[in-house]
Amino acid sequence: MSAVIESHEQDHHHGPRKGITRWLFTTNHKDIGTLYLWLSFAMFLIGGAMALVIRAELFEPGMQIVEPEFYNQMLTLHGLIMVFGAVMPAFVGLANWLVPMQVGAPDMALPRMNNLSFWILPFAFTVLLSTLFMEGGAPNFGWTFYAPLSTTYAPPSVTFFIFSIHILGASSIMGSINVIVTIMNLRAPGMTLMKMPLFVWSWLITAYLLLAVMPVLAGAVTMMLMDIHFGTSFFNAAGGGDPVLFQHIFWFFGHPEVYIMILPAFGITSHIIETFSRKQLFGHSSMVWAMTSIAILSFVVWAHHMFTVGMPLAAELFFMWATMLIAVPTGVKVFNWVATMFKGSISYETPMLFAIAFVVLFTIGGFSGLMLAITPADFQYHDTYFVVAHFHYVLVPGSIFAIMAAVYFWIPKWTGNMYDERLGQLHFWLSFISVNITFFPQHWVGLAGMPRRYPDYALQFADWNMVSTVGAFMFGASQILFLFIVLKTVMGGKKATAEVWESSRGLEWTVESPPPYHTFTTPPKVNQ
Amino acid sequence: MNNKSKKTIKLLSTVALGMFIFSFALVPLYDVFCEVTGLNGKIELKATTEKGLENQDGRDISIQFISHNNEEMPWIFKPSEEKIKIKTGKYHTATFYVRNPTSKGMVAQAIPSVAPSNAASHLKKLECFCFEQQELAPGEEALLPVKLIFDNDLPKSIKNVVLSYTIFDVTNYKDAEMNQHQNSSDYQEDHVMEPSI
Repeated sequence: MSAVIESHEQDHHHGPRKGITRWLFTTNHKDIGTLYLWLSFAMFLIGGAMALVIRAELFEPGMQIVEPEFYNQMLTLHGLIMVFGAVMPAFVGLANWLVPMQVGAPDMALPRMNNLSFWILPFAFTVLLSTLFMEGGAPNFGWTFYAPLSTTYAPPSVTFFIFSIHILGASSIMGSINVIVTIMNLRAPGMTLMKMPLFVWSWLITAYLLLAVMPVLAGAVTMMLMDIHFGTSFFNAAGGGDPVLFQHIFWFFGHPEVYIMILPAFGITSHIIETFSRKQLFGHSSMVWAMTSIAILSFVVWAHHMFTVGMPLAAELFFMWATMLIAVPTGVKVFNWVATMFKGSISYETPMLFAIAFVVLFTIGGFSGLMLAITPADFQYHDTYFVVAHFHYVLVPGSIFAIMAAVYFWIPKWTGNMYDERLGQLHFWLSFISVNITFFPQHWVGLAGMPRRYPDYALQFADWNMVSTVGAFMFGASQILFLFIVLKTVMGGKKATAEVWESSRGLEWTVESPPPYHTFTTPPKVNQ
Repeated sequence: MNNKSKKTIKLLSTVALGMFIFSFALVPLYDVFCEVTGLNGKIELKATTEKGLENQDGRDISIQFISHNNEEMPWIFKPSEEKIKIKTGKYHTATFYVRNPTSKGMVAQAIPSVAPSNAASHLKKLECFCFEQQELAPGEEALLPVKLIFDNDLPKSIKNVVLSYTIFDVTNYKDAEMNQHQNSSDYQEDHVMEPSI
């Protein structure tokens, strides 16, 4: 390792510290990226185990395995862990690894804050998961924690839940400030904004979204805290408040949050598709504008989650049309990916398979989203398994597939070793088949009227629920294979070249694999 | 760290702080928005000061009264008449029967809501039991009056209006604080729009 360390003006330590302190005190973006990714993977497995408890209970109608009360806790924690623990930290981890290398910066702009924003996360999740062992049990009001379920009727552990949300929010805000400062100020000379790689662009936009809505989430949970403990009535009608206000504030955060969880996936997919199509990406600047318009529109569509709550016709029409408008920039992106592949010299390595699956399955999730956007139809679909199928299609084969694609794509760069292509392909096909077995039937039971969030269901839904549960356990098992593949790659394997892929583009492929502990201590020249 | 970075950090921290404050600003904004647009079926929780609402050119409509008890509120609470026929542009008084069946004194607050919501801005009240908290001794009963009028601009399509009241048990609800709110005129200015259930 020391052979590749370049001397550094102010930095006197050469290479990482030894032992555990390397990870505790690290300010290195690569180390912190690795920490984020492992935390995310651990949370993915924990949240996944909770999903399997849910699916096991739903294997047959009637109550078999868990109490309804515990089922509600699993449902709530599964959502919270997957959103805040699995998807978001994974993207932050990728941002840590890739943003400095892709813009030619030596590190993140605020390395100590970077360390802090990671290391408060394990505490937040310990607090959140510890509620499972508290009197009254863990939060049981769903990940959307609507008042008054989360205030008047909440278990006592709700205060710990609020505290953990505050920590998660602080971490996200610090992380997004770090990303923006890095991108705005540390780009290599010659890299203008429009020349920035799309993953960097997607993260710049995501970071602004985070910065705008995480404080609103913090505000919402603070109001809950005050309602519960300090006698205010933000969400209590008896004291002049309004529970519907909670839903407005929550979804004002919640809808941009949805795009926080998908925009970086757009960036990743763009890189992978252009690489394995051996062509330059079609429509780089239209991709940037599409992402920007999606981000802006995300602030004016929140009430489409609340059509059935009660709203005047004018508002329902506005939110319906605004939501459907988002399909336009999203359609531009899908068109550009397909146009990039058109007449390309495509090869189907694991990252490309995941990226193509992302485009196809995310589009299915997008279409069911359009169906839900139609107000009158939403009255039929609201709170059914159709909604569950919709958001799992955009999050699992959407965000999660993109994260897996990114891991396969960049892990040879990170570790210097190629992953096992045969196992990677096996992992892909197992995941691809099982994710569809799990979630596609949920469209049908949803349209037939099966409501979400119940531990039991009517007999006519039995067959497809059984199929769905079988798929879920297959998907869960496939991820153990993923863990094995990643560990195997970290330990060894065929050595990777600096370029790794035949047609890789971007600054991160100009440094060797694995990259030296400090990269780009002298800024590279960008003249594309 | 260079100055440019420091400037960016300051700016971004301000944005984050500003959005936190904005989330609290959403609370009054929500009320103001509903007030300006008349959305949500909310009606004023204070006596109307408008003059000249009364006239003879009114048309026939019917009002249906509905009562709800929030959560575990034990009071008996129901309208004296479930449906009445009235004319717009004319004052009517309706009453609600209420009884405290428990063995302790209790305080209640009633919150009104109107459906369809576009009727809300045409409903004016001269007096209403919902303007203040109601206190009943154990076993006490009462007839609570509401004196209301619909103006003539009520949209022609509306022939039937539902006026619903939900009563909340506010006995233990920080009495001091509530009274303070109720008595201050600021409170009424700021909270012209009260929530619907």
